[in-house]
Parts: sequence; C-alpha cells; structure tokens
Amino acid sequence: MKLELIVLAIIVIFVAAFAYISATGNHEWGGSDDQSEGVISDLTGGTYQPWFHSIWEPPSGEIESLLFALQAAIGSIIIGYFLGYYRAMAKMKAAKSADEPEGKPNARPAR
Amino acid sequence: MHIMEGFLPHPWWEIWFALSLPVVAYGVYRMNLIIKERRETLPLLAVSGAFIFVLSSLKMPSVTGSCSHPTGTGMGAILFGPWITSVLSMIVLIYQALFLAHGGLTTLGANTFSMGIAGPMVGYLVYKSSMKSGLNLYIAVFLAAMLADLATYLVTSLQLALAFPAATGGVLASFKAFLAIFAITQAPLAVVEGAVTALMFKYFIQLRGDVLVKLNVASAGVIQKLKEASL
Repeated sequence: MKLELIVLAIIVIFVAAFAYISATGNHEWGGSDDQSEGVISDLTGGTYQPWFHSIWEPPSGEIESLLFALQAAIGSIIIGYFLGYYRAMAKMKAAKSADEPEGKPNARPAR
Repeated sequence: MHIMEGFLPHPWWEIWFALSLPVVAYGVYRMNLIIKERRETLPLLAVSGAFIFVLSSLKMPSVTGSCSHPTGTGMGAILFGPWITSVLSMIVLIYQALFLAHGGLTTLGANTFSMGIAGPMVGYLVYKSSMKSGLNLYIAVFLAAMLADLATYLVTSLQLALAFPAATGGVLASFKAFLAIFAITQAPLAVVEGAVTALMFKYFIQLRGDVLVKLNVASAGVIQKLKEASL
C-alpha cells in the first residue's frame, strides 16, 4: 500500500497546484502545442505559413473530445483486461499449489 | 510535443523521417520476433501500447496555466526497449494525426523521433544504469519514465529551434524560447507519469514477475525480494 499512497500524494499535490493556480490567476489553459505556433510566428515575423494542412479535422470541439475519450477508453480496456487476466491466473495458480502441497503442481499422481 | 501539420519546412521534415523510419523498421522486425518466439510477453506488449494510448490522450493542466500531455513511453522502453516502443508510439501518433488533427502526417517523422525514439532511448538508458548502480527498482522506473517524458519535449524544442532559428541568437535563442513553453509545462506532468508508471510496475511484479525476468528487466533475485517486501 505504501507505493499507492506515495503516488496518490503526488497526484493530490498536482491537483492542488492546479486548483491554486486557476484560483489565483487568469489563465487560458491552452495547449502547449498551440503555443509553439505563436513562438514560430514571432520568430519568423509572422511570415511562416504551414505548407500542408490536416486532411481531416474533427468538425467540432465535441467530436474532438469524443475521439480523445475513445482513445483513452480503448487503452484503458486493454490495460484492465490484461491486469485482470494476470490476477485471475495468479489466483488460480495459488489455489492449485494449495491443493497439492507437495511436489510439482503439474506432476501426475504416480501409480 | 506534437509539431503540427505543415509546421516543419523542407528539408527538416524529410530529415526526421529519414532518421525515424529505419529505427521503426528495425522495431517492427524486433516486435515480430517477440510475437513469434515469446508469446508469454504479449499481454505486457499490449499493455505498454495501451498505456501510451491512454497517457497521450490526457491533456493535463500544468503550473504554467497551459495544458500538455504525458507520453507514456517509459513503460514500453523499460520492458521492451526503445526499438519496439518506437513502433507503438508511431501507431498512436498516426491515430492522432488522422482523427484528431493533432500532430500531422508531414511531421510524423519528427514526432516519432522525439516521442518514440529519443524519449524511450533516454528512459531505457536511465533505467539500465540506475539498476546497475543498485537503485531500488521503483525509483529506477520513476526516473526512467520521468526523464523519457522530459527528453521528448527537449527534443521537440530542438527540432523546432533547428527549423526556426531566431534572427538574433540563432538556434540557441529559439531553443530557449520553445523550451520555455514546453519544459516548464511538462515538468510536473513528467513527475506524475513517473509515479504512475512505477505503480504499474508494482502490479507487474506481483502478478507476472517471471515475465519481467525473461524480458531482462530485473534478475529473479531482485523480483523475489520486491515481491516479499510488498511495498
């Protein structure tokens, strides 16, 4: 449990920092990827034009957040599935070796 | 860390493709070997890819009043090495470029290099050297994942600086300008990513320590000790 508590503490500090900063200042919370666009236009004096555009863009912010949520959901399903699979396997192994306290778990009874 | 579509001029976008593609090709080869010969590691391969999928979709607010996302590549780098992780990262980057207009196809080479190659390479080396120097495995994982994340953004800043040198001060000046956006925003996210990755490794060790031994992540003795300590 100790490691869980440490990780939880780090996350709480992170959330608290967000709460403090958003309460004390006026921020846009924009993406840092987009901010780099501003730096590029500063550096080039606004002359740089992207020479290629995304072939498809989510038509609205809602659809964009849908696709981001989908991405996270697909990943989470996979992680949860395999951790659960491993957990059940470890449990079954433990139960099996408890039934056969002596010898190898897979050994056939000698007759 | 995504460089947006069309934002890398000639010749830089070609250069980063030229550097990335051979690594990804070698990664595909290595991945095929693992799929054929070490099937017991496949669940962890899926989890590593899924972890990148999840973490790179989470745009989190940071101390600078702007948002950025972690990369999640540290886990794959520690378990399977940087080559295979480059393939996993590229898959995620293609998804985001096609469906989210996040990153881009012309900048795919550069983004794969920073997120899929440079970051995991740093993470892998940090992990291996930390373990060699006798650090606790969880601390080694924490450092590796955190530094892989930071290295990614460092390289992105460098890529942008090389393509857009400042009129006065050149590459160094614009490197500092890009770093000011990326590095400070990223630092707290990298700490959280490192901590969460370390926690994931706790579960891997408890559930399938034997596979970690097979993947040369740690010796059987180290795994046994951590299992008993049940931190």
